[in-house]
Amino acid sequence: MMNEKKSTAGNSILSVFTGNTGIIGVLVILCVIVALATDKFLTPGNVISVLRQISINTYIALGMTLIIILGHIDLAVGAIVAMSGTLTVGFVVNQGMPIGVAIAAGIAIGILAGLIDGVVVSKFRVPAFIITMAMMNVCNGIAYVYSGGQSTRITDKFFIAIGTGYLFNIIPLPVVYMIILIAVFSFLLSKTKFGTYVYAIGGNREAARLSGVLIKKVEIIVFTLSGALAAFAGLVLASRMYSGQPSVGSGYEMDAIAACVLGGTSMAGGRGRISGTVFGAMVIGIISNGLNLIGVSSYWQLIVKGLIIACAVVLDSQKGNLALLRKKK
Amino acid sequence: MGKTILEMIDIKKSFSGIYALSGINFSLEMGEVHALLGENGAGKSTLIKVLGGIYKLDSGKIRINGQDVEINGVSDAQEKGIGIIHQEIVLVPYLTVAQNIFLGREIKTKFGTVDMKETNRRAGEMLANLSVNIQPDTLVETLTIAQQQMVEIVKAVSFDGRIIVMDEPTSSLSNDEVEQLFGIIERLKEKQVSIIYISHRMEELFRISDRVTIIRDGAYVGTKKTSETNANELVAMMVGRELQSFYARDYNDLEQAETALEVKNLTCEGVFSDISFRVRKGEILGFAGLVGAGRSEIMECIFGARKYQSGSVLLKGKEVHFSTPIQAIKAGVGLVPEDRKKQGLVLGNTVGFNLTLASIDSYINGVAISDRKCQEVIDYYKEKLRIRAVANRVELVEAGSLSGGNQQKIVLGKWLAIKPDVLILDEPTRGVDVNAKFEIYSVINELAKEGIAIIMVSSELPEIINMCDNVCIIKAGKMPGMLGKDELDQERIMQFAAGGEE
Repeated sequence: MMNEKKSTAGNSILSVFTGNTGIIGVLVILCVIVALATDKFLTPGNVISVLRQISINTYIALGMTLIIILGHIDLAVGAIVAMSGTLTVGFVVNQGMPIGVAIAAGIAIGILAGLIDGVVVSKFRVPAFIITMAMMNVCNGIAYVYSGGQSTRITDKFFIAIGTGYLFNIIPLPVVYMIILIAVFSFLLSKTKFGTYVYAIGGNREAARLSGVLIKKVEIIVFTLSGALAAFAGLVLASRMYSGQPSVGSGYEMDAIAACVLGGTSMAGGRGRISGTVFGAMVIGIISNGLNLIGVSSYWQLIVKGLIIACAVVLDSQKGNLALLRKKK
Repeated sequence: MGKTILEMIDIKKSFSGIYALSGINFSLEMGEVHALLGENGAGKSTLIKVLGGIYKLDSGKIRINGQDVEINGVSDAQEKGIGIIHQEIVLVPYLTVAQNIFLGREIKTKFGTVDMKETNRRAGEMLANLSVNIQPDTLVETLTIAQQQMVEIVKAVSFDGRIIVMDEPTSSLSNDEVEQLFGIIERLKEKQVSIIYISHRMEELFRISDRVTIIRDGAYVGTKKTSETNANELVAMMVGRELQSFYARDYNDLEQAETALEVKNLTCEGVFSDISFRVRKGEILGFAGLVGAGRSEIMECIFGARKYQSGSVLLKGKEVHFSTPIQAIKAGVGLVPEDRKKQGLVLGNTVGFNLTLASIDSYINGVAISDRKCQEVIDYYKEKLRIRAVANRVELVEAGSLSGGNQQKIVLGKWLAIKPDVLILDEPTRGVDVNAKFEIYSVINELAKEGIAIIMVSSELPEIINMCDNVCIIKAGKMPGMLGKDELDQERIMQFAAGGEE
């Protein structure tokens, strides 16, 4: 009939490509355009730089993919990025905490924020849009209150290395984390009971409940994971900037949502895959990178980025409709 | 009766080269109720969609009042006097009855605002015309499903509808409500409105239809006067062969059988009270009663999907109290829920996903799910239950794209995969075509033979009577009686279920 194996995780390497033809098409077209416009694009240095740039958005988008498949949304992640970066740097610089403790504390605060979101959403059935928006304000507030709105410089070598170091002197560490996280989350979503339950809840909550899925537990875990990933992204970002800045987080939640949607994750829940999200994050990263290389001002970039995302999503939705039309009519 | 209002001649419609309708003939007389009968997928909906302007026909003729017409779109169909009552109600819940009836053609005052007074007055007239006892200013969301359906009918007639199509109108109605609906159909007939009536329920067709047209696999099989045919003939025409024993049942000797599940004085306040019964291995225990009597709720309580206040549940003699479904599943109790679309399936996901969802714990190696183990189970149940789709590998197809019968088999398979000792089936054949029904009955029979204790909640008395060893009758949350298989007949059951106090 139609839509063979659309939503469940693809098992073979091949399905990573066959299941994402739309977004891969967009990606290829984009690469060709940028490569034609500037010869700086396809240099090894730039490719690595693009990968590094998309890594932070990708960490967040991985969690967001799970959240959206569940049928929820998490608007707090950008603020958690700012909060964890600002606090962790502050803990080291102002409080003189050992670096390991400070990092653990920074991540723990992100986890706590996610956990609270998850508990409120699942126990009280409050729309995630509202509660995570409230959490966004709280986390932003905490970052500003703690820092007084100032950025804090950090010189700790280990901390700086987290975001700026290299593996084998060539692969940036943030890219290494990204690859590991992609592998872990792909596995989680496609190969474990937990992942199956995420699809089941998003697809049909009542059917999942009657099939023995402990819905609240799964929801709480997913929101907590999202908070943890955002906190981790905050650490890496702070490290790359040599500072904790309370203003850096804004917009990350939207980039993450855009990556998911571009990658074919349904806002209605029940459908989506990690590989799609990764391609989505690449598209967003390449748009920024390409526009930078071409020399478009960052204000114009916002407009262009918005338009490209809108076009890509419309194209993708039409692709589905066209396929359906061909089969039905 | 007499004058032909609608003729559909040699209607053909194909989708990507495959004929969904390959030459259907259908005619409708004024004031006639003409039933359209066929299995799921036979082409009933396609034919109706052609008539309703949703699909364009490839070839063939439609004549209304003797004139050739072309139906271009839904509003064109309405203008030609064709009103379709779909299975799903399509009213706006937060508007009043009158607002819904006049939606899209609001009556305006001279200032251009909506004239609510006039709207209510005219809607009130229309309702009264068909003796529908609903106030026009009631919010639709406060109405029962049956009342909403009546509003839909009034709305369809209000478009000067001369031809009303009812697609499985009784599928979610209780017996009382069905009677009300039939009352309305009678009044419509008196007003010379013609009705095309689609239903799976034989008894209904015989009660209200004048003629029956049977279609099978998109082809026209024949038209019969209802008074000159019988259920066996119609089923044979629908299926294309005689079904000798529709209800396959080999009764087990239950004298020595162990009690699998016992329920004592179970009470869920405000829903049901003091329910006691037991079901033995190899027994099929039926639950009859009216819709809304509390049967499904009793099952949900046993299964841990709903809280109960008092009473006890004993599984193989040991007291249990499940507070979540997963506990019931682990203890070997399965529940095939009443509504497969809302409660049974993740429609947007694959057949394989759904088949393995409830039993997923058994396929895990370490932390990862073993594809091989899943595949074994999927292959076994798709074969055993004969789950079919156009695609070769059924398990990769979206569950929502299969027919009702196949969907029901998936839900059944999902629960068989947990290897239950006790299996609760809530309306196992609702909205399922004849062939799938037959197959589901034979699977249920096999399960009973294997020694599984089965509880079957059903509103279809023939299947209760022909499949069950014993039947509990539930009336308004109480259990006034229990009948053994030798005492089962429709009248006695209905007497208990609906009759006066005894």
